[in-house]
Amino acid sequence: MRQLNGIAANAGIAAGPLQWFGRCGEPDAVPNAACEPAQEWARYEAAKSRAAEQLETLQTETGKRLGEENAALFEVHRMMLDDFDYNDAVQSGIQLDHLSAEAAVERAGKTFETMFAEMQDPYLRARAADVADVSARLIRILSGKGEAVFAPGAPCILAAADLLPSETARLDARFVRAILTAAGTATSHTAIFARTLGIPAVVGLGDALLEIQNETEVAVDAGTGTVYVAPDAETKAALVSAGEKIQQTQALDCAYFGKATVTASGRRITLCANIGSPDDLAAVQAADAEGIGLFRSEFLYLNVTSAPDEETQYLAYRKALEAMGARPVVVRLLDIGADKQVPYLQLPVEDNPALGMRAIRLLLTQRELLTTQLRALARASSAGNLSVMIPMVTARWEIDAVRTALHEVFGALDAEGVPHAAQIPVGIMIETPAAAILSDELSKAADFFSIGTNDLTQYTLACDRQNAAANAFCGPYSEAMFRLIEMAVKNARAANIWCGVCGELAADPAALPRLVAAGVDELSVAPAALLRTRRFIAEQCK
Amino acid sequence: MVTFQYTVREASGIHARPAGQLVKKAMGYTDRITIVNGQKSADLKRLFAVLSLEAGQGSTVTVQVEGANETATAAELEAYMQENL
Repeated sequence: MRQLNGIAANAGIAAGPLQWFGRCGEPDAVPNAACEPAQEWARYEAAKSRAAEQLETLQTETGKRLGEENAALFEVHRMMLDDFDYNDAVQSGIQLDHLSAEAAVERAGKTFETMFAEMQDPYLRARAADVADVSARLIRILSGKGEAVFAPGAPCILAAADLLPSETARLDARFVRAILTAAGTATSHTAIFARTLGIPAVVGLGDALLEIQNETEVAVDAGTGTVYVAPDAETKAALVSAGEKIQQTQALDCAYFGKATVTASGRRITLCANIGSPDDLAAVQAADAEGIGLFRSEFLYLNVTSAPDEETQYLAYRKALEAMGARPVVVRLLDIGADKQVPYLQLPVEDNPALGMRAIRLLLTQRELLTTQLRALARASSAGNLSVMIPMVTARWEIDAVRTALHEVFGALDAEGVPHAAQIPVGIMIETPAAAILSDELSKAADFFSIGTNDLTQYTLACDRQNAAANAFCGPYSEAMFRLIEMAVKNARAANIWCGVCGELAADPAALPRLVAAGVDELSVAPAALLRTRRFIAEQCK
Repeated sequence: MVTFQYTVREASGIHARPAGQLVKKAMGYTDRITIVNGQKSADLKRLFAVLSLEAGQGSTVTVQVEGANETATAAELEAYMQENL
């Protein structure tokens, strides 16, 4: 039994015979001599119109199967066909070097593929595959070959040196148990489409994959990126049974799509999703989230050279609010500190960033950060159901200060005639012992609580999250932390405001029964954990 | 010649889809339009050239418009970029 390792592009387990993806459109050695330029150019122009028609059809079909967002890729392919420089390169091949149309396309394609492959930006590097895809399509048409069709007849594991985006988009998920490619990265379209189609995929397996013969039995654990070639019975059985278990569990979880989240005793809980950027919105919709319980705004501030301006922030918030419609979206104000690389904030080096100038402390010190973010949020507020959440609160005056700042922002926007929601609920993270202990008083100033269990654990137990040795002394299920949570929930109830949990414990089966029993109204979890959590609450929580 | 500067806000920068739409928009004008990012410049009507600028989020590009309708074209392009990028 041999083992290959690649990049996990979409988790899942599968086993079966390996089938090579055969391309019937690979260019043959094209004769270059004796080509009549005018005739070749006419053939090229005809092939281009045919390719544009094919791409239009492909875009429509892909839109139906994988959504408009994914299908838009083929509109870009059509624009590539029309690109001046690409056409110039083909033309010079035909007119000046007397190449056949096929050879001219191949040469032009290679030139632009190389240009993209050498770019710094990983996203643009991946566009090399799109140029290759467009060129292969033209050559296929010119040489009178049909589109590559993968029709194995029986379920199999598909293997390919590389898959073009258009080839992945057309795969039939019923027959492809897993995708293995020698080339590719986790951000390639092959990987993205595989995730949308729900097909386990391992990419970047390298040349070792190319040595495996057609019909060889393989087992794939795409979660770890491992491929077992000719697996022994034991390995295969173990993987297959693990795979079946995952599938059965997923099927049971999926039955909870479109249902309300209700405990076994009939209490309604609002089950929301945590997101890190608007890119996660598709996953939120796919997971059937009842809202966004935690929209981390840090993504706007990281990997940029200056603080994001109001307009940039406004667009990002509006996008999330529009996507969610009437469902609530809770945006957490910037939670950043000296442990993050944000040179433009000029944060002094701190011995202990977790206990330093982070989150609300930073916002109330560099006030323009707070004002800009609140203005962007207030402007976006008319697009949906927005709430604002303050991170790292330890005292009531911090809430009052944010409310005052928001009030001033409202006043300024009114003076400028810019619309905003009449009210924006302002809540707080309960993630310091101080906030939990003072929750009776804080409940008078806050419109809601959301408990961040990760930080609350570390601050309650004086235990650094990153310190593995210290963590052996203080597990995630600390009694001290549960008591603080129960205290906060009780005080929220007394003040008639809602209290949720947005940390990792919200999706943890070992903690959920106790959180639900404590009386939390809302839970916010990673999109991937949402349906599983809804099912667990229905089946296991009173 | 009319020029304006623009700082890209779109999270994915002037990448495949937004670049395609911007080029499509530029092709609707008869003026000569050039986009500059640092040392590199490109004809705004050429997709591959525009992509090769690698103008990511936060980069400030300069757009130069030259032609009979340069003032109106520049204003429309600037408004389009404000709205979409």
